[in-house]
Amino acid sequence: MQPVVRLRSAVCLLGRFPALAGVDLDVASGEVVLLSGGNGAGKTTLLRLIAGLLPLHQGEAEVLGCDLARNRTTHRRHVAFVGHETFCYDDLTARENLRFAARATGASADAADAALERVGLERCAAVSHARLSAGQRRRLALGVALAREPRLLLLDEPHAGLDADGRAVLDAVLEAAAGEDLTVLIASHELDRTRSLASREVVLTAGQAKTAEAARP
Amino acid sequence: MNLVQEASLVAGKDLRIEARSRVTIQQVLPFGLIVLLLFAFALDPDRGVLRDVAPGLFWVTVLLAALLAISRSFAIEAANGARDGLRMSGLDPAAIFLGKAAAVAVELVALEAVLTVGVIVLFDVSLGAIGPLLLATVLATVGVAATGTLYGVLAASSGARETLVPVLLLPVVSPVLLGATRAWEAAIDGAPSDAWPWIGVLAVFAVLYTSIGTLAFGPLLEEA
Repeated sequence: MQPVVRLRSAVCLLGRFPALAGVDLDVASGEVVLLSGGNGAGKTTLLRLIAGLLPLHQGEAEVLGCDLARNRTTHRRHVAFVGHETFCYDDLTARENLRFAARATGASADAADAALERVGLERCAAVSHARLSAGQRRRLALGVALAREPRLLLLDEPHAGLDADGRAVLDAVLEAAAGEDLTVLIASHELDRTRSLASREVVLTAGQAKTAEAARP
Repeated sequence: MNLVQEASLVAGKDLRIEARSRVTIQQVLPFGLIVLLLFAFALDPDRGVLRDVAPGLFWVTVLLAALLAISRSFAIEAANGARDGLRMSGLDPAAIFLGKAAAVAVELVALEAVLTVGVIVLFDVSLGAIGPLLLATVLATVGVAATGTLYGVLAASSGARETLVPVLLLPVVSPVLLGATRAWEAAIDGAPSDAWPWIGVLAVFAVLYTSIGTLAFGPLLEEA
């Protein structure tokens, strides 16, 4: 079976600095992979490379069958990325942000409404992004990702800023991933919480990846 | 979704944001009216001169106000990493360009309608041949919106977006200023046949920059 993500000696430069210095990584469909490592290890860069937001400078990178060295835009329709920012518009309501994201990828308004419910923001549907709390914004960002009905979900420090309910919502998404044929890469410092949800862990050190022991059999 | 539907989605999003934030109504429109008023005060002693230069003053005012609308169009993409969201959206970059340009054009048309009334009242201008005048206005607006959107995304990669947009844009749109001013002069003077060559220039400019923008916006968005 073709892996969802396949990297071989992948190098990504930020300026002249090799933020990724030869990463090898295979991720199969339905896997939940935890990316761990210290600050500056290259976790965010790796996720942004896989999302196609950063260019591949050397090596090979194939995501959902797309060769990122040749084309890093086509696969994006099937990839959702929850980063440090929400990717939302301050003057649009939570529902409008979700519906815009859903329609852009060809998903239905129902998918947007279902995502709104899934992240527990129904009561805030008509509230503008600017008026949401930091935690609600993080939930909305997750909702926007889910509304796009992705095949690959990239999460960068998704627990940050979430309250207990928000964390439970996120955990439920990760637990349901395999059943939904959703592949997840999650970069996190909250290792105890995330290890129990991940099928395996990849440790990044100075821009290079090493596979840790399986976190969940 | 096809290209038109995707462009409509982007334009609808931008116009909805403008309707909510009211930046165009509360800032861009008053700015345009103030500029017209300042011209009127400066040239008031000679109403004849004011009437003669009214088309040029109108289009200079539109261009200055357009700078604000274009900067605003990209400022909303800068907040919360929305530009990365747009890149990840799966929308065709050509559709994003056409949608954002269309939204800017709609805002400019609304602005021009109000400024036209201002020119009639303040500068004592009577509009002659309406057909050529409207056609010149539409084509000039499309040209400014397309060029502005193209240079707006180019400037978005710079931290000095607000100051870079005028420096990049104003020299490029000088043919629009010239063509629209000449077409308006001819239309106001009741000599529409003199307007058509300039309308041709405006049409070529609008088609050229819409085509360039459709092709170049994607790579520029990736670099931004």
